[in-house]
Amino acid sequence: MPNHDRKAQRLSPDKIAAGFCDKKDPLNLVTATAESSRCYFCYDAPCIEACPTEINIPSFIRKISTGNLLGASKDILSENIMGGTCARVCPVETLCEQACVRNTSEDKPVTIGQLQRYATDWLFREKINPFERAPSTGKKIAVVGAGPAGLSCAHRSALLGHDVVIYEAKPKAGGLNEYGLAAYKVVNNFAQSEVEFILSLGGVKIKYEHPLGGKVSLAQLRKEYDSVFIGTGLTGTNSLGIEGEDLEGVIDAVDYISELRQTKNMGDLKVGRRVVVIGGGNTAIDISVQTKLLGADEVTLVYRRGAKEMGATWAEQLLAQKNGILIKYGAKPLRIFGDKKGVIGIEFEKTVIDSKGTLTGTGEKFEIECDVVFKAIGQVLRPEDLGDAPEFLKISKGRIVVDENGASTLPGVYAGGDCINGGHLTVTSVQDGKIAAHAIHRALMGEKN
Amino acid sequence: MADLRCNIAGIKSPNPFWLASAPPTDKAYNVVRAFEAGWGGVVWKTLGEDPPVVNVSSRYGALDYNGQKIVGFNNIELITDRPLEVNLKEIKQVKKDWPDRAMIVSLMVPCEEESWKKILKRVEETGADGVELNFGCPHGMSERGMGSAVGQVPEYIKMVTAWCKKHSSLPVLVKLTPNISDIRNPARAAKEGGADGVSLINTINSITSVDLDLLAPRPTVDGKGTHGGYCGPAVKPIALNMVAEIARDGATKGLPISGIGGISTWRDAAEFMVLGARSVQVCTAAMHFGFKIVDDMIDGLNNWMDSKGYKNLDAIIGKAIPNVTDWQNLNINFETVAKIDQDLCIKCGLCFIACEDTSHQAISALKNGAKKKYEVIDSACVGCNLCQLACPVPECITMVKVENGKPHLTWKQDPRNPQSPTYKA
Repeated sequence: MPNHDRKAQRLSPDKIAAGFCDKKDPLNLVTATAESSRCYFCYDAPCIEACPTEINIPSFIRKISTGNLLGASKDILSENIMGGTCARVCPVETLCEQACVRNTSEDKPVTIGQLQRYATDWLFREKINPFERAPSTGKKIAVVGAGPAGLSCAHRSALLGHDVVIYEAKPKAGGLNEYGLAAYKVVNNFAQSEVEFILSLGGVKIKYEHPLGGKVSLAQLRKEYDSVFIGTGLTGTNSLGIEGEDLEGVIDAVDYISELRQTKNMGDLKVGRRVVVIGGGNTAIDISVQTKLLGADEVTLVYRRGAKEMGATWAEQLLAQKNGILIKYGAKPLRIFGDKKGVIGIEFEKTVIDSKGTLTGTGEKFEIECDVVFKAIGQVLRPEDLGDAPEFLKISKGRIVVDENGASTLPGVYAGGDCINGGHLTVTSVQDGKIAAHAIHRALMGEKN
Repeated sequence: MADLRCNIAGIKSPNPFWLASAPPTDKAYNVVRAFEAGWGGVVWKTLGEDPPVVNVSSRYGALDYNGQKIVGFNNIELITDRPLEVNLKEIKQVKKDWPDRAMIVSLMVPCEEESWKKILKRVEETGADGVELNFGCPHGMSERGMGSAVGQVPEYIKMVTAWCKKHSSLPVLVKLTPNISDIRNPARAAKEGGADGVSLINTINSITSVDLDLLAPRPTVDGKGTHGGYCGPAVKPIALNMVAEIARDGATKGLPISGIGGISTWRDAAEFMVLGARSVQVCTAAMHFGFKIVDDMIDGLNNWMDSKGYKNLDAIIGKAIPNVTDWQNLNINFETVAKIDQDLCIKCGLCFIACEDTSHQAISALKNGAKKKYEVIDSACVGCNLCQLACPVPECITMVKVENGKPHLTWKQDPRNPQSPTYKA
């Protein structure tokens, strides 16, 4: 029987540290040389098209092969200022590396993500800032949220000569890079190194613990600044809406990961012995693997649809399985049961998907005994978390409504990142911020959109 | 199994694979290891007069390409730096222990008849099978009036070769320097001097790379560098041409050739042999990978000869020479166009951009959303091969003969040629 043993310190600090290391060894001179030489330097390269930030991938790889690492990293960062994080967390297997022409004849793409990391790591080690700001325009831009979208918009705006102030709700910048990504994806405090790098350009100030609706309002920002960019991310989580969700031991994965990312001692975290994770996205994989690395005995990830429908890519699913996670496809939770001390188990019903894609229960049920249930079923934008913003701009279906330039329905106010798309990739958010920065620049400088 | 026994100017070896005169053949220890590995013969590293030369540190430089190590190799090492007596003693012992292997001794002494006479006598005493006159070394020794300083003057080649024939009964191979405008002249001079054969190419004058921090050539000796001798896979095309030029020259036709220059595989060796080489000499590949590469050289050459039905080396030596001709004898009416196999195409676009930017704009890039298609425009294709060479997928682009019904026509006969008797303005 589950014993509600969620005590910490099950594994030695050494074992925990070993588990939370890089899952792929970074390239070295030998492997980077070999790998960069595999790039065909395609004309009209499909990898560029597959990159949401349109990094000139063949160009930066060629520069790696010639030893021009400054040029390579500048190619990357000029399109994607978070090229360092994206090199680590992008699902390259569904983006650039999936598009690589090498897949056609040998099923082994050039490891673009690894090469991108090689180039950007070099730049970070050398502590080089390869960018120079344009002369001051005298314009001031407010950015709400210091996550990937906000920092990207801020950096690009500062580069174009504007002065930027970021209003961040949390005590640290980086957004999900700092609070949401699996710790083993961004080791050695990388998110903060990247923030420091971005700020080293100059022209960007961050006011921490200044949430929209708290110390700051949209009305006030509009008054004080020439333009405003909103990149709050998502503010709440979905609930299962089933019996037992309020039991002790039923935890929102994003909350737990945030705590994990900020704790000074991972051994102090409460860890279940038998853990069930519900969900199918990257967060579900991240929480499963991290829980296992913290010492859980059994981790079962249950997803209502099949492997192909999962938001997490095949590579992520493989990572989970390599780490001993049992993934059960095709089952939805019916109820969580427990006692005064907390969760004892969870009941599922098997599902089928019909030809139209509709999911239905088969009536066949099973139970999994557990002491912790993680919910990783997606996040939402709650308009009430955006202060006075909903009074001025249109929010529909949990998304701030914007045009292709990131312009909201309120003139001068732009938005990007998860708050306009309901939750997508870091790289998408960076691109949103970049596009909005250019649109803001054009508007402020009287150029045509 | 084909018969790989080799006979060049009376020098016999169980196979045509020899190690060239170079560091791998500087002493008995290395040569014995080479024979144990299966090499058919060695040209012992060049002997000179005592006192021995002194070498510098460092000595080698290399050209790497795209992560591939040593596509070209360069050295500034001189001839053997060991006393003559030591070398002669070791040569004698090794020849005695390995009687079936070819033992050729490379020589370089000042341009005086007495010097050559003296050293030839000593070499004969070792029981060696032949001598190779080093008229090729392009660095260091040439500054002292030897090596390529001799090889660049046909009259000297003829004179020294004649001395050697006069003072020795051993077969004499003359090693030619490529640092000359027309390789046929030194080859003709060697023949006129009585040479039993020529070996080529020696190394090419080169600076393989420059250290951009030191601003000095590599290898760098205390901040300075000097030009060295270039060899390795990158020089093979130059060597092949020079071998073919001598093989098809009326004056030197039939003169035995020992082929040298970037030979790393059985395939390279076969190419040299069909262009007229009777034996081949290897150095860089052995210095890169060790002596065991000879195993595949022997095995691969054998398998290729078996697959083609060639029974012995005489069946392949010079076989391609009738097909090496001057440009003016090529059929100007022959046409090919490139053909892209769309099923094999991986859409890298390299064929397109190569043709578009640098050639004849004969490939179209069609794009429909993410779908791409590269197609040859037959009417614009001149059959240059560039796309086929750039394409990374084997067999994806082939050159297809155009049946144009035109007769065989050379430039000499072409009415568009102002020098042609049929010229029409």
